[in-house]
Amino acid sequence: MRGEVIRRVRGGIAALVLVGLVVAPWMVDDYTTAILARTLALALVGVSVALLTGVAGMPTLGQTAPYAAGAYACAVVGSRVSDVGVVQLVVAAAAGALLAALTVPLVVHARGVIVLMITLAIGELVVIVLGRWRSVTGGTDGLAGIPAIRPFWGLPALANDQARYLYALAVVATLVGAVLVLLRTRAGLVLRAGRDDETRLRASGHRVALHLSGAHIAAGAIAGAAGSLLVVAQQYISPADFGFDTSALLLLGVVIGGTASVGGALVGAALVIAVRDWLFGVLPGHAPLVLGALFVATVYLLPTGVDRARGRLRPPGVPPLRPDQPAAPDQATVAELHR
Amino acid sequence: MIAVAAGTNRIDPYLIPALDGVAYGLLVFVAASGLVFCFGVANILNLAHGLLYAIGGYTAAALLDGGWASLALALAVGVLAAATTGVLLAGLLTPVAAGNHLSQALLTFGVALAGGSLLVAGFGPDNPQVQVPAALEGSVTVAGHRYAAYRLVFIVVAAVLAVALYLVVRRTRAGMLVRAAVDDPEMVACLGVSPARIRAGVLAAAGALAGAAGVLGAPIIGPGTGTADTVLLLSLVVVVLGGLGSMAGTLLAALAIGEIQTLGVALLPSAAPFLLFAAMAAVLAVRARGLAGRWRTA
Repeated sequence: MRGEVIRRVRGGIAALVLVGLVVAPWMVDDYTTAILARTLALALVGVSVALLTGVAGMPTLGQTAPYAAGAYACAVVGSRVSDVGVVQLVVAAAAGALLAALTVPLVVHARGVIVLMITLAIGELVVIVLGRWRSVTGGTDGLAGIPAIRPFWGLPALANDQARYLYALAVVATLVGAVLVLLRTRAGLVLRAGRDDETRLRASGHRVALHLSGAHIAAGAIAGAAGSLLVVAQQYISPADFGFDTSALLLLGVVIGGTASVGGALVGAALVIAVRDWLFGVLPGHAPLVLGALFVATVYLLPTGVDRARGRLRPPGVPPLRPDQPAAPDQATVAELHR
Repeated sequence: MIAVAAGTNRIDPYLIPALDGVAYGLLVFVAASGLVFCFGVANILNLAHGLLYAIGGYTAAALLDGGWASLALALAVGVLAAATTGVLLAGLLTPVAAGNHLSQALLTFGVALAGGSLLVAGFGPDNPQVQVPAALEGSVTVAGHRYAAYRLVFIVVAAVLAVALYLVVRRTRAGMLVRAAVDDPEMVACLGVSPARIRAGVLAAAGALAGAAGVLGAPIIGPGTGTADTVLLLSLVVVVLGGLGSMAGTLLAALAIGEIQTLGVALLPSAAPFLLFAAMAAVLAVRARGLAGRWRTA
């Protein structure tokens, strides 16, 4: 009964937030609308981070890599081939998925903090490549003057900030809906099971590495699609959009949102990005200092924000203490017992 | 940052980049071994590791005036400052230390962000100039090529540091405790050594190493706004390439990165951005299980 009420309240809140997001561009000025559109793109990357970190149990600091791949693919296609939004979106998602597929061998056998490290290295290396591969990416100057898109063949081009924002909102809503549906299927169940007790899942004949590869590629495609939205929102991209700090902010947002929750990731990432943008507006020069202090404070204030991803965060080579006894959510996990 | 000075001798134009690569690689080794310690012993992904290096670098830029005394002073101050920061970091990490890697990573990132901002506020946003001791300012002749004297001396000093590190980890009681803590932290705790103290000690040692690398390496990877990120990335790649299995692995990985960043750029300028990627992919493909081993100084 209580669960039913909570579900209804939650649905109601989600509907209200959606309505609020749809009418938002008429409530605020153009500049804020553009910022909101960019925040939507980053929140979608946050969803892909949550998918890996919380659902699959692979904490990542490198989702900016497929995000960047998608954004640059979209910018190049948008400037040279087609101004149709759907085409750009598909190309961007494919680019993100391709990059994720190429990096699968690097991450799929690693667990826990080592994934964090490898993905961070991948993300940083992608930024370096973007800065040096001038003929395609324009180097550190980035790519500017990307033409406005038409969402679909035959539709008019998105000429103002409101239209671009609504396009981004529609894409984000569709993709998030798809992710939510996907997570309710068997695939989502298997991913969560692998996060909670990999040994057991493997013993029952599931190919965990395959599932993780699939999740990694899917998350890459989502981040790539988000990159396309960034291009639509800003019409300008540079390597600075995909730095290490963006990854860390998104991870913080996802942790605030509850790690495994898609809706929480959207809200958390949007919140963190909004705070960053606001800080850089009011405190030019000292924003990183305050932001860093906020990171530390948030970690202290949110002791439970990271609970759910812990199951897999055990150091490699340390066998689970009692693999046939799945840890209750509030119980100390194997990793803790071993410390 | 990297002087890719091709020699005039046609027979061997790659000697100088190769030598540069050794200097660069040893610098990365000293910096990265701190991160390997943190990671292998305390199991902490310290995203503020680049900040510790940058502290050493800025100290060098502020204190060096061309004399030997200033170099000694800078080294002492830089090592002390970075080690203190490491201990502070360990203190901050104490409440969240229960194997919670996400929180640890986020906390250390926050410290890196705030610390980087403080460094820029204190020393200005421009990349400061670093003065090496006057006696090392010139160049010497190596096999017919002119080569910066400081780099040659740096190679020797860094090699000495590497050997000293090996001996400390291998032969001293502190080193044994550290290795024991990697293998069986519970048993070490039973011996009466507080795990918190080991963690603080490891982070202090990591800070000292990064600080020393920052001071001595300031003429090679100089202090600036991007330094912390660069050093953190190079150290991470070293850990990925070299694993946590042995110091020899770390050293080899660091030297490989040094050569990639100098010789590789000289040989294949167009492919340079992808070389680090390729190296990582190749190593991880060979050892498909990734970084399973731990720090053992084999």
